[in-house]
Amino acid sequence: MSLYLFAPPDDPGPSFAALWSRVHPDAPLTTPVPPDAVRHGTTIVALRHAGGIVMAGDRRATEGVSIAHRTIEKVYPADRLSAVAIAGAAGPAIQMVRLFQTQLEHYEKVEGATLSLEGKANQLSEMVRAHLPMAMQGLVVVPLFAGWDERREVGRIFTYDVTGGRYEEADFHATGSGGRDAKTTIKLGYREQLTRDEAVELAVQALYEAADEDAATGGPDPVRGIYPTVAIVSAEGFERVEESEVASRFADVLARRERPGGRSGGDVE
Amino acid sequence: MTMPYYVAPEQVMKDRAEYAQKGIARGRALVAAVFSDGIVIVADNPSRTLHKISEIYDRVAFAGVGRYNEYDQLRVAGIRHADTKGFAYSREDVDARSLSNIYAQYLGQVFTHEMKPLEVEILVAELGGGPGDHRLYHIAYDGTVVDEERYSVLGGEAEAITGRVEAVYSPSWSLAEALRACVAALGGPERTLAPDDLEVGLLAATNGRRAFRRIGAAELGELLGAGAEEG
Repeated sequence: MSLYLFAPPDDPGPSFAALWSRVHPDAPLTTPVPPDAVRHGTTIVALRHAGGIVMAGDRRATEGVSIAHRTIEKVYPADRLSAVAIAGAAGPAIQMVRLFQTQLEHYEKVEGATLSLEGKANQLSEMVRAHLPMAMQGLVVVPLFAGWDERREVGRIFTYDVTGGRYEEADFHATGSGGRDAKTTIKLGYREQLTRDEAVELAVQALYEAADEDAATGGPDPVRGIYPTVAIVSAEGFERVEESEVASRFADVLARRERPGGRSGGDVE
Repeated sequence: MTMPYYVAPEQVMKDRAEYAQKGIARGRALVAAVFSDGIVIVADNPSRTLHKISEIYDRVAFAGVGRYNEYDQLRVAGIRHADTKGFAYSREDVDARSLSNIYAQYLGQVFTHEMKPLEVEILVAELGGGPGDHRLYHIAYDGTVVDEERYSVLGGEAEAITGRVEAVYSPSWSLAEALRACVAALGGPERTLAPDDLEVGLLAATNGRRAFRRIGAAELGELLGAGAEEG
């Protein structure tokens, strides 16, 4: 470790990613990795509500058809007013989250001011783009980014593709292998100006439906006491929804499912 | 290359030290003090935007006096050191001691080898786990490091200010008491410093993972008022 001083033309400025690539030029992995040997994270969702956004993700990581981890974390605080969720190859995704968190804090400390929400979204875009060579080897990382925009006083959601393309979503989005089912669930239940509780409820339902249809998405696991992560970002900051609340909301979903009604799949009695 | 004149090394060092001391003495001072809940740093600084005090990492803060461009460059280098270390190892592995050593080596190197020494004095403060574990590393322009456990004074008139702090210092100060004493010591008998003339940074475990926070003029005014009533 040394003191990093640069001549003005070489100075990386407030960007930690630029500093890191300068001081650790050999850090990125370039060796191809067989996808089955890599842990994958699956379903993540984000939706807007009246006071901000709700972001949620299941806890399962898979390696091929095996469950590799039951309690992986896919939803992280990016900084005080934003959250990032990850789907895809878990290893590089978690590393990308660490880099992104450090990048935002580094900027804040060096500059003495926080980035705008759009600035943060663009920074993540750069990181996804820098990851493209690894994505081409099968290690795709697709983050979801959402946060509270202090200047516009509204929650905003951004999605990405492997090229670093950044797209702002109007109200909700879901991605990962169970993303389609989760998104459909949110689409059917969404309306404008949801309350915080309604939005949490909808996110929980979406993850339940995703886990119901997608083998790689973990549902609620009351035996082990493992429940998906649900987080809220509002003007007050990032806050994880208590596990007890998530558990009771899943219990409600299960109770509703036990009522007589239509079933898809299963034996015909 | 030929050396036109011989100058004794003692003379070179003495001249450089004098030059640096003069630069530093022209600047305004700051005081850092350990109090019951953490570390408070109070700087005589009327600027709201050009900071003398800032955050380095979760439990580490920086303060500098002297030439702004020089200590600000050191501040940024400190953040870079801490963030790269925390990223490469773990957040828990970032500490003030290793950063102080690196600062000391750099300042010593510049003092010995460059034409012009840095006209700065810096402080690296670290919030410890318990009351006796807080650390204040005071690093001088020539790379000398002093490890202080109670308080530290940097900048012009440091001796007089140190005398005033020493006379009243108590580790059991509340935040308001610590602020009031530090402000009085900085101002001395002739000046009364108003909240607008001061920059205050606080390292306290109650602030969460990132223990550093600034105390703005409004809050400072209230705290100084409260301290006066308690006294």
